[in-house]
Amino acid sequence: MRANLPVMALGLLLPVMGLAGEYNLTVDKVEIDTGNFEKAGIGYNGKSPGPVLRFKEGEEVEINVTNNLDEMTSIHWHGLILPFSQDGVPGISFPGIQPGETFTYKFPVVQAGTYWFHSHSGFQEPDGAYGAIVIEPEGREPFRYNREYVIQLTDKHPHSGNRIMRNLKMMPDYYNREQQTVGEFFSDVSKNGFMNTMSDRLAWGDMRMMKADVEDLQGFTALINGKGPEQNWTGIFEPGERIRLRFINSSAMTYFDVRIPGLNMTVVQADGNNVQPVNVDEFRIGVAETYDVIVRPRDEQAYTIFAESMGRSGYARATLAPEEGMTAPVPGLREPARLTMADMGGMHGMDHSDMSGMDQSNVEGMDHSSMAGMDHGSMVMSEGGASDPFYAQGSGLVPTAANGGKFLSYADLKAQKPLYDEREPTREIELRLTGNMERYTWSINGVKYEDADPIRLQYGERVRFKFVNETMMTHPMHLHGMWSIVDVGADQWNPVKHTVSVQPGTTVYMETEVDAPGQWAFHCHLSYHAAAGMFRKVIVEGGPETKQAAAEGAISEEGGDV
Amino acid sequence: MSRWTSLVGTAVLGLSVLPAVASAQERIQDTTERKQALKVWGAQFEEFEYRYSDDDEELGVWSGDFFYGTDELKGRWLTKGEYSIEEQAYEKLENQLVAQTPVSDFFDAKAGLRFDTPEGPDRTYAVLGITGLAPHWFEIDANLYVSKDGDTSAELDAEYELLLSNHWILAAALDASVAFSEDREIGVGKGLVSTETGIRLSYDLIDRSFSPYVGVVHERKYGDTADFAKAEGGNVEDWFAVVGARLSF
Ligand SMILES: [Cu+2]
Repeated sequence: MRANLPVMALGLLLPVMGLAGEYNLTVDKVEIDTGNFEKAGIGYNGKSPGPVLRFKEGEEVEINVTNNLDEMTSIHWHGLILPFSQDGVPGISFPGIQPGETFTYKFPVVQAGTYWFHSHSGFQEPDGAYGAIVIEPEGREPFRYNREYVIQLTDKHPHSGNRIMRNLKMMPDYYNREQQTVGEFFSDVSKNGFMNTMSDRLAWGDMRMMKADVEDLQGFTALINGKGPEQNWTGIFEPGERIRLRFINSSAMTYFDVRIPGLNMTVVQADGNNVQPVNVDEFRIGVAETYDVIVRPRDEQAYTIFAESMGRSGYARATLAPEEGMTAPVPGLREPARLTMADMGGMHGMDHSDMSGMDQSNVEGMDHSSMAGMDHGSMVMSEGGASDPFYAQGSGLVPTAANGGKFLSYADLKAQKPLYDEREPTREIELRLTGNMERYTWSINGVKYEDADPIRLQYGERVRFKFVNETMMTHPMHLHGMWSIVDVGADQWNPVKHTVSVQPGTTVYMETEVDAPGQWAFHCHLSYHAAAGMFRKVIVEGGPETKQAAAEGAISEEGGDV
Repeated sequence: MSRWTSLVGTAVLGLSVLPAVASAQERIQDTTERKQALKVWGAQFEEFEYRYSDDDEELGVWSGDFFYGTDELKGRWLTKGEYSIEEQAYEKLENQLVAQTPVSDFFDAKAGLRFDTPEGPDRTYAVLGITGLAPHWFEIDANLYVSKDGDTSAELDAEYELLLSNHWILAAALDASVAFSEDREIGVGKGLVSTETGIRLSYDLIDRSFSPYVGVVHERKYGDTADFAKAEGGNVEDWFAVVGARLSF
């Protein structure tokens, strides 16, 4: 199954102390077959997704990456805490891996959980260059399970990443086939009346914004572990077993709403960090996020893992079954989501971003989840019924569980064990997430990466980041090298993540212990948003000389000769 | 916490200790593609069609453009033409080369040159224009032309797309041109010169790159321009049935 299986098996047999594992990865041109179409792509060890790398916490890993492409490549170990020179972002961490070259990554594994790796060069990641990482903890897991599966989601598009970027620049709605039509106008008229529908259309038309701007990129086939809905990846279980499913969203652009009809899911980990278990019927997984859930099917029957895209333009499907070949019904897609004025935030008249900022700072220290019940209806035109403190009140994106049950919110995530001592942030940095859909430009504080100065942090600081989403799209913001502690109002129990989704019209805070010297990437993980400018370099100044020096040594030894 | 201590521990013990030189952050400059302005190109034909008029006139007509550049500065080549199939001659052949730059959230300004080289007298103009998206999704392209001889004229194109479904699109287009001075040689009178109104029903057959359509186009000349046309035995008003395709690649 894996080229380096013997090596990894050996790694697992070694005693914990002095553990060292050597792994080999090749970066290759591959053919990807989604069941709907075949396309040329990029993979690892000859396939996409690449192998599942299994590490053990405390292990010192050496990963030899050989570039068989005719262009530069790189691998970023998404969510791993490591010396910056090993982080794998060309131009920021290291010079990149040239064609024909073998680069050896070398770093200690200082964490456990579910992560993933992917190329940080060009559009290689949307083209297929990703794989999963599973790290076994040094101690015992705080939950029990009998078997585990990685469930790696992605959105495979027939077009290459370069072509998609170009098309989006030429026509931002090139891939949007869920736009409002004449038919929807008439159905809205019969539902809401002519005047209401007319004034709604005029309001949106006046802003030149579309209520249908939920997904930039449609027309993909969603895959689970490289298999399309028809190819139906299947995981085997015995009734009564506890199964740990390690969900990883490796999509270029797609958020998924995940459910397993007939099964309750217990979320035990988010972004590799244990959380206090929470039972849900459905959860939304942002691009680049991971969630580990435990399910316990008791019946001798098949269950469908159904991951519907947030914009309802496609779905991934897999099956859990007692034996191969069994299937369960596949649900239909729900109605496409529509943005509301609440998702426009502070952009136009209604100063919602200010409001949510105010709300959050007021409720700091109090249980944030109770906010869900608070009535902001009087302050914002409320159009939707459901609510979630991490969505603008009345947002058209607020998810609801298909079975009417519990839908996971960030507010439900509480760290199992705090990773850091609780302390006051030393300063706050405001980052407005900005963009112009018509031009397909994306930026931070109105400045694209090409024009931006790096964000400078001081080693030892605890920085509070304030994200104000001024766009109508959801952005999964990913800081490399350091943890992102999302303020859900749970103080020291705030969940520790590597990717933080910021919904339209909302303000979200996260805190970071600046404990990793060097320079790091910080960006929206939607591939085409990052490429269009929603990206920053973060420089951590100062810090122990030993760590800095070690980082530098690694650069000059391994990457300096390129 | 355990991870924290193991991180420090491994970093300190596991890796060799080298003397620190200049700060690490100065070592790498991001010179990757990502740090450069994104350069994109595109080619589109808004119209690429065959027209058949109510007096049996047959025309091949196109209107397209090609661009290359960044968000801040694009070069654009616009081409427009009408080829009379009977006469085997270009009734209209316009090419523009312009530089285009954003001036607001939704509008770009452009400046450049226009070369008219149909059968008959040539003209060269300086072009100054704006193009972009007006509220309520009207695509606007407005240009001011100054010929070598100082004749000035203006042209306004507006287009609106109505989505019958996510693949069936009804597009209405209006082109109007106005002359501020007469150019008798090419049959242009002062005032409103002409309008062209079209309605096209298209279907997106291959993504948005190939969308065949059928439609109706109405052309009309006004004022002195209409008189000049009549004097030369031409039509003042024409109705066309059109069949063609919108292309983009
Ligand atoms: Cu984004």
